[in-house]
Amino acid sequence: MTELANVVDWSRAQFALTAMYHWLFVPLTIGLAFIVAIMESIYVRTDNPRWKGITKFWMTLFGINFAIGIATGLILEFEFGTNWSNYSWFVGDIFGAPLAIEGIFAFFLEATFVAVMFFGWNKVSRKFHLVSTWLVAVGVSLSALWILVANAWMQNPVGMEFDPAQMRNVMSNFTEVAFNSVSMNKFFHATTSGWCLAGVFVAGVSYWMIWRKRNTDDARLSMKVGCWVGLAGIFFTIWTGDGSAVEVARVQPMKLAAMEGLYDGGYGQSLVGFGILNPDKQPGDSLPAMFAEMSIPKGLSILANHDMNSFVPGINDLLKGYEYEKDGSIIKIEGVDTKIERGKAAIEALRQFGIARENGDSVAMKTAYTKLTKDYDCFGYGYLSSPEKAVPPVGLTFYAFRIMVMAGGFILVWLFASLLMSYKYPKWLGNRWICLVGILSIPVVWICSQAGWIVAEVGRQPWVIQNLMPTNAAISAIPASNVQTTFWIFAALFTALLIAEVSIMLNYISKASQKPFA
Amino acid sequence: MNPLHSIYTFYRDGFRSMTIGKTLWMIIILKLIVLFAVIRLLFFPNILGENYDDDIQRAEAVRDAMTSKK
Repeated sequence: MTELANVVDWSRAQFALTAMYHWLFVPLTIGLAFIVAIMESIYVRTDNPRWKGITKFWMTLFGINFAIGIATGLILEFEFGTNWSNYSWFVGDIFGAPLAIEGIFAFFLEATFVAVMFFGWNKVSRKFHLVSTWLVAVGVSLSALWILVANAWMQNPVGMEFDPAQMRNVMSNFTEVAFNSVSMNKFFHATTSGWCLAGVFVAGVSYWMIWRKRNTDDARLSMKVGCWVGLAGIFFTIWTGDGSAVEVARVQPMKLAAMEGLYDGGYGQSLVGFGILNPDKQPGDSLPAMFAEMSIPKGLSILANHDMNSFVPGINDLLKGYEYEKDGSIIKIEGVDTKIERGKAAIEALRQFGIARENGDSVAMKTAYTKLTKDYDCFGYGYLSSPEKAVPPVGLTFYAFRIMVMAGGFILVWLFASLLMSYKYPKWLGNRWICLVGILSIPVVWICSQAGWIVAEVGRQPWVIQNLMPTNAAISAIPASNVQTTFWIFAALFTALLIAEVSIMLNYISKASQKPFA
Repeated sequence: MNPLHSIYTFYRDGFRSMTIGKTLWMIIILKLIVLFAVIRLLFFPNILGENYDDDIQRAEAVRDAMTSKK
């Protein structure tokens, strides 16, 4: 393995480790903030002190998660400057703006009102306290909005122009960057999945209290709120997931093909419900893509285009180029080999622009700029050594997608069943096996959430910025051993934080549930 | 009462009355020290920021890196 490949792989592994650990904390913060705000609203509305106790209990768990998770995302910004310096310069203007807004929101909104939320009981009016709690919930989601806008831009780079003199993509349309359909779908999909995760967490902890016969009345009330929020979350997640699938089909068709293990596409394409991939399958060969599969006829065409007879391209189609018919006209899509040639031409034009600039030759600069602009949409392809390099890891993307969908399906059914039992068959909630499933649903929802992250991020490989910058062009010229060292430091640090979080939470739940919350 | 004094006492009383919060604050402070004073300083230099004097040089460095990688 070359040093460059080594640095790329270790930097990717480090970024994945950091982001995945960070994402353990974030969805719980997002969802629990809303659940706490709803519980406090019930308290203010009913004036029932029991709800105040319930609110404080879950607020403390929110606080533990908030405190342990805070600043874990900052490490990602360290990594941009050190491991991904080309990337951070290339996109700085666009990526920096949402992150700066996130910092301002996080600091002013969350920091101010979190203090009122925790210190303000009996010191400020009930209504002011309630407003503060809601503002924390809104602030947490708004912080997530700007991070997700930045992430969405990497998957769908719009609203910018490349300035070869600055070597930067310069924002030309803030509204397009912030509020395009990809970023909005991503925002609602991620935040509502946080509601779902927190709902399952609240229900799971409540199941544990019911099982251990600790403070069961408060646990049953908490479970109802958790299940309602969780159900609302999973419905919105499915809805926005459908929107995300349409966007992926539009802007990242290779990701969709990898999600489905689809090599040769077609009209009225079926959706693989369950399948076992052939690990030896390579693009262009004649081996079968699946050992076994159960498919939903025309499902993928419906999912991707909301049209059961529409064309969905496979990996081979995308690599070689293809034609398809839509609304009576034939649409031609160029293959990756053509895009590689165009990308190389764009990189050469950029090099020529640099030489012309150094020589002060404005005519040559203008000529080079015109050539660069013509092929800039394929710029990143110029760094790929072969068309096959444009294919993401199919197995990981395929199985992660199915794990996400299956776990999500289980959670939907489980939350609905828990809600039904809470209202109609409350005695069933005390059943040991039901409680056990409720508790085990907590890791399941986290696995679902992490699998979603893998689909989104592994499925877009090799791109750091879709079509414009692959990972091997984004990386800094640093020794792989440096990245390897910090990888293990982060692995140890995050594991310690996770152990601290879980042990503090368990200790608190165990102690606080020994008597009624209020 | 002076509003600034009210804010001061609000935070002072809040911090004093913390139970589990004290442990959490210790973790936050420890974490920030490890992140900023150790990891950031020792392992995460800003490559372009530290190796080049101005943005023109940084842009040239990125151009060189990106046009020689194809």
